[in-house]
Amino acid sequence: MRVRFWGTRGSLPVSITAEDIKGKIVEALLAAAGRNLSSRADVESFVERDLPFAISHTYGGNSSCVELDIGTEDHVLCDLGTGARSFGLNVLARKGLRTPCTFHVFISHLHWDHIMGFPFFPHAYIPGNRIVIYGGHAGMEEAFRRQHAAPCFPVDFSRLSAKIEFVQLAPGRRVRHAGLDITPKLQLHSGDSYGYRFECGGKAIVYSTDSEHKTDDATATRDVVEFFRNADLVIFDAMYSLADTVSVKEDWGHSSNVVGVELCQLARARHLCLYHHEPVHSDLKIASVLQETLRLEEITRGDHTLRISSAYDGLEIAV
Amino acid sequence: MQVTAVRYADVLVVAVKGRIDYMNAEEFKAALLPYLGNCSAGRDQVVLDLSSLEYVSSAGLRVLMIAAKEVRAAKGRLVAVSLQPVVREIFEISRFTLVFDLFDSVQDALRALSPRAAAMSHGG
Repeated sequence: MRVRFWGTRGSLPVSITAEDIKGKIVEALLAAAGRNLSSRADVESFVERDLPFAISHTYGGNSSCVELDIGTEDHVLCDLGTGARSFGLNVLARKGLRTPCTFHVFISHLHWDHIMGFPFFPHAYIPGNRIVIYGGHAGMEEAFRRQHAAPCFPVDFSRLSAKIEFVQLAPGRRVRHAGLDITPKLQLHSGDSYGYRFECGGKAIVYSTDSEHKTDDATATRDVVEFFRNADLVIFDAMYSLADTVSVKEDWGHSSNVVGVELCQLARARHLCLYHHEPVHSDLKIASVLQETLRLEEITRGDHTLRISSAYDGLEIAV
Repeated sequence: MQVTAVRYADVLVVAVKGRIDYMNAEEFKAALLPYLGNCSAGRDQVVLDLSSLEYVSSAGLRVLMIAAKEVRAAKGRLVAVSLQPVVREIFEISRFTLVFDLFDSVQDALRALSPRAAAMSHGG
């Protein structure tokens, strides 16, 4: 199974600025001073190996969208944030306009940043495609229709050419779709959100975004730990610092890197991927949060080592 | 996990020992909060002595945040001292260094909060 991240930013899509790019170039040139970088291969090697990721790359700014590639013709996605547009264009480039495609989309919830990519998802406009949208909310179809309705968008939902279906899932009830065993979990978030545990070929991936964890609630913590139990990858909402989530941003429905590490350690998950980045955070800030999270794992490690990554638009993880 | 207290004049030094995680956070909360009942402007000030705290998880930090909020609302003073290196790093990573004034030792905190308490702690 391969997991591809098309959108990793929380709440609002953001774009890197001209000043940001200039800052990266200045840092890169300073780091290059005195080195022999006379060929393109030398430069590429320097950029890949010697520059910090936050200087040579960017974490990106698209809102939530993650692809689970299980090697079948059908496509599986989590959420339809603005990353869905990049994903759709990529599929079009690979398969062309005339290949009918089926998409299975698991929606965490209906807040705008998780569905706003759908009006720009090219396959919705092409006859012959099938899009099945799964989620726990009863009002899924209405939410999608409303974001296409005037005055929000010029093309009404009724004019979309793809066959679009909505399937409501029940929390805790394991179902099989698109070659995956899927268990949804109700999460703490304004208007509710749903996490998903996907299992296939002996591997387990958990997609858990927009979820607040009040870890002093021992019963709720045990439930989440069981949901994460022995997962090969946990994609986790780490938008805020722990201090923020228990003070000014309490009940905002998000979590922290600290809680992500704790839950994954308790669950003996193998890989934690920090996700749903705070939109005001720069690349350097996200990289610094990752470094701190790696250190936290190191100083709190028992007999189980947890791998930790920070998601970026374009990241691919083999599971 | 153990919570004990010693009074020096108007300062209560509350010592926390052991590990705090999601299993005993409620117990910690029940043990700590009664010591904060008189922590308000013109009354007690509280020093949390964390020198014997080996580990604190998010659930324990949440209790500390509740304590800090209660004391702030009463316009009292609550500080933390003598964090072990691991606990200090956890405070830094979770941004709790922005929540608490931290001191290196009980004596440093007493000197900053109350000269009378500092003198008493020296047996004066």
